[in-house]
Formats: sequence, C-alpha cells, structure tokens
Amino acid sequence: MKILVCISHVPDTTSKINFTDGDTKFDTNGVQYVINPNDEFGLTRAMWFKEKQGASVDVVNVGGAETEPTLRKALAIGADSAIRVNTSATDGYAVAKQLAKVVNDGGYDLVIAGRESIDYNGAMVPGMLAAMINANFVTNCISLEVDGTNAKAVREIDGGKETVSTSLPLVIGGQKGLVEESDLRIPNMRGIMMARKKPLTVVEPTDANAETKAVSFEKPAPKGAVKLVDADNIDELVNLLHNEAKVI
Amino acid sequence: MSILVYTESENGKFKKAALEVVSYAKAVADQMGTSVTAVAVNADDAEVLGNYGASKVLLVKDESLKAFNAQKYAGILEDAAKNEGSKVVVVSASANSKYLAPLLAVGLDAGYVSNVVAAPSNVSPFTVKHSAFTNKAFANTEIATDVKIVGLSNNSFGLVESGGNASVEDFSPSISESGVTVESVDKATDKVSIADAEIVVSGGRGLKGPENWGMIEELAEVLGAATACSKPVSDLGWRPHSEHVGQTGKPVASNLYIAIGISGAIQHLAGINSSKVKVVINTDPEAPFFKAADYGVVGDAFEVVPKLIEKLKAFKAANA
Repeated sequence: MKILVCISHVPDTTSKINFTDGDTKFDTNGVQYVINPNDEFGLTRAMWFKEKQGASVDVVNVGGAETEPTLRKALAIGADSAIRVNTSATDGYAVAKQLAKVVNDGGYDLVIAGRESIDYNGAMVPGMLAAMINANFVTNCISLEVDGTNAKAVREIDGGKETVSTSLPLVIGGQKGLVEESDLRIPNMRGIMMARKKPLTVVEPTDANAETKAVSFEKPAPKGAVKLVDADNIDELVNLLHNEAKVI
Repeated sequence: MSILVYTESENGKFKKAALEVVSYAKAVADQMGTSVTAVAVNADDAEVLGNYGASKVLLVKDESLKAFNAQKYAGILEDAAKNEGSKVVVVSASANSKYLAPLLAVGLDAGYVSNVVAAPSNVSPFTVKHSAFTNKAFANTEIATDVKIVGLSNNSFGLVESGGNASVEDFSPSISESGVTVESVDKATDKVSIADAEIVVSGGRGLKGPENWGMIEELAEVLGAATACSKPVSDLGWRPHSEHVGQTGKPVASNLYIAIGISGAIQHLAGINSSKVKVVINTDPEAPFFKAADYGVVGDAFEVVPKLIEKLKAFKAANA
C-alpha cells in the first residue's frame, strides 16, 4: 500500500496571532512552525501501517522552501520520502489541485490529511482532493483499518460517531483518535540523522488558480473586564445571566 | 438565480442550524435581489422554513437516504443548484455539512469559504468575514468564482422569523453511487451535542478526577446544555475525546459557555472564543480564563457548582 500524508506547516498552537502590511498579511515574526496537529495524528497512524502492514509512506507539502524543516521533521518521525510542491498555498482549492497531481503521478492508494489546519481552518482540502481524484472520502476520522483494498473507518459526527466501510483509493481527513496523543512520536537523534539523507523532492506546481482570496484580517475586539460575582452570592450570577446577558 | 440553502434534519425534524442558515440565506437574497430555495431530505415539516425566509423548498423523500452520505447529498445539492441556476449555496457548520461542502465545491466549480460569521460585507466582489487561526482572528475573504458556497458558523447569525410562506415541491434528483457505506451509528439520543448546544458546561483538571463529573452533568441537565472538557482531561482519559474542546479539539460557538476548573490555556481559549457569553469558576483568581470571561466566580467548584445548580433549579421553577 502506498500512503501519502499531507503535511500543513502551521504556527505552533501557543503562537500569538498578529498581522502586518495594513492587516493584509500574517505576521510570521517570532512564530514557531510545527506539523499541523491533525496531520501528525494521521502521520503517526501511517507509521503504524508501515510497520505492521509494510506500507510505504511519503509526505507532501504545498509551500515555499521555508516549510522544509517541517517536512524533515516528518521524515525524522519515520516517513520514507518527502515531496514539496514549490508554490505558495493560496487557498484550499489551489492546494487540493496541486495535491491531486501529486497523487495521480505517484499512484497512491491512501491519502491521509488532517481534517483541517489550525491556521485557516477551512476543512476543505481533503474533500476537494477526494472529489478531484475520484477517491472515496471519510473526514473527522478517528479510527482507520485497512485490509487489502477494503477499509473500515470511524467518523466523529455531532453527538456521536459512525462506522463506515469503504475501499481504496481513499482520502482521510484525520484528527485525534486516529492515534492517541500518547502515541505521537518525538523524533530521536537517529531519526533526525536519517532524515537528512532521505529524499526531499521539489516539484514544480501545475496550473491552479485560487478561487478565494483573504483580502484583510482582523483580531477580535478587546474584551471588557470580567464581572466578578462573590462565591456566596450565586443568586447574583443567575440574575446577571438572565437579565443582563439574557442567555438563560 | 435563487440562493440555495441546505437544511439539515434529524428524524424528520429540522435542526436549529437549518433555520439559522435559511435566515442567513434570506439576508443574502435580499442583498442580491433574489429569493431563497431550501433543499431538505426526508423532513416532515418543510413548510416551517417559510417562516425563516425560504420561498421554495425542494423536498427529497427517499428511504435510501436515511443514513447521511456526503457524496450522495452533495450530488443532490449539485443537481438542485444547477436546476435553480443558483449562484450562492449556503450550508451550516455541522459535521455533515462540512463533510459534503468540499465535494459540492468541486462539483459546482465553486469557491467555498467555511466558518463564516456575518452576512456578506459586499456582494460584488462577494466578500465574507470568517474566523481563522482557530478563532484567534477573522479574515475577510473574496470569492472570485461564478458560484459561491458559504459555510455559516453555528449561532453566529441567529434566527430571523419573517413570517413568510414556502411552497414545497417534491424533488427527485438522480442519486449518485457512493463507495462509502454507513455500517452503524453510535449516538446518545438523550444528550445535546456540543455542535448543536446553545449552552455548554465544561470541566477541567480542577475537578480532580472523573468521579466528580456528576455535578457537571447535573448542571448541564438543569440548563439543557452539552458537556465538554479541557484537553488535559481528555488526555488523562477522564472524559471521552469527543468532549475535548479547544484548538485541537472541537470548536464551541454556544451562546453561553461555563468553564469550571479550567485555567484557560491559549489553545483552550482559542477553541471557545466564538461563544458569546463566558463564565469561569476557578479557585485561582490569577487563572488566564478570568481575562477572557464575561463573568467570573473565584471559588471552589465543589462549593460553587452545587449552589449554582440549586439556584438555577429555583430560577427555573419560578419562571416555569
């Protein structure tokens, strides 16, 4: 089984979010980048398929050279090789189109992406990719087993979960649950050394025009001070929620 | 040319988010000088959508569509959008709508923006505001394609009753094949889900152990709320992952969010930032959550929560 894991290069979850150039660009100053957490759960599940079922695992990112350390980290965790599509990630559609070409050229059976990235949160690339390559698609995936060309997946739904049967070729939108937090791997020195020698192929982009464009950003309005209620006067809290906030 | 809107139902009854997306679609239709056509699958009370601004409901009745299937449902909406000549399609932020929307976007060659929080600021170029960076910021995004898909964030627009009437038409689109089959659904029917909830009661490590969740559940029951938890609590296995809210868990966009024994790490606050009113109960007055909350109680959850339950019960009895 040939697996491709899509890796988004995103600001670390503790990052302060700021904008520059008249609030039209994300301010990368002082921001640490990581593998998108939803992708890392998928990558770790892919390593399980590699170790138990002899799958090959490649990782891919659509982005500039600045994303290569993130791809190297994925190699250090255990992926076999990396592909970087040399263009900036302009919108979900354009990224999906680039990925579709990589999947078609590489003949992958299973593509695992995160259900969404934690920067733009579009939750659209995996589904668009699946539609473009005519593959089956399961998102919000919290469990995945593959047996030959058949697959069984569990999808989180609002208020519960559902189990589905499907088959390869398959695109997964993964999240926590595919593996547990405690299963995530911190690259060791050997992994890091080996990652330096693994292939990282840079491919030129195909034509893909973005369909959407973020023209400006804004931060939420600053919050007023918290209104403190005495622990011995909970009647007052009920009163405020009813009469002032009008939420009960 | 009408605005098309997908209205989700469960066991024949519309979800609140369905009424909200129709209200939103009506606002967009007014901006663009057109009307609203809703698509409903196996709904019993399709007429009610008229009250929220739909002039027409395309009703699909098909037993084979009882289990949600993203590909089949996206195909139905694609058919409807093409028949209606719709230039804008509105969907909600439910798990199912977010599942089908990207498939529909490819089918219609439409640009799609999710997590939208307001009516378009401009219809030419079509520009919508949506949350980004897991609620730490908003982006204003233009959609350049002829057909546009808007994914509306739950509880962001509200319900607007316009008192209109909708004509209901039977709609029999061709149902596409799908390689994904639902085998079983495991869903608590007596509980409110975090996505649908207007009120969410959430517990953190300050509750000391899973055995202390009884009062969280009781508070949620009194309020008709969903229960949630912080990341450490789900990592420790005290509560299921499905309750984890925050940047890597579920986002919360409720009207009221009550955080009990949660200090308020930046990742947690990001995930719940879209909630309108936030209440924090914590022993530590220095907990970061107090800076993000509207109302706070500095105190021991084990004393404050039972009191709150008692006062709320009295309040409900008095207002019943």
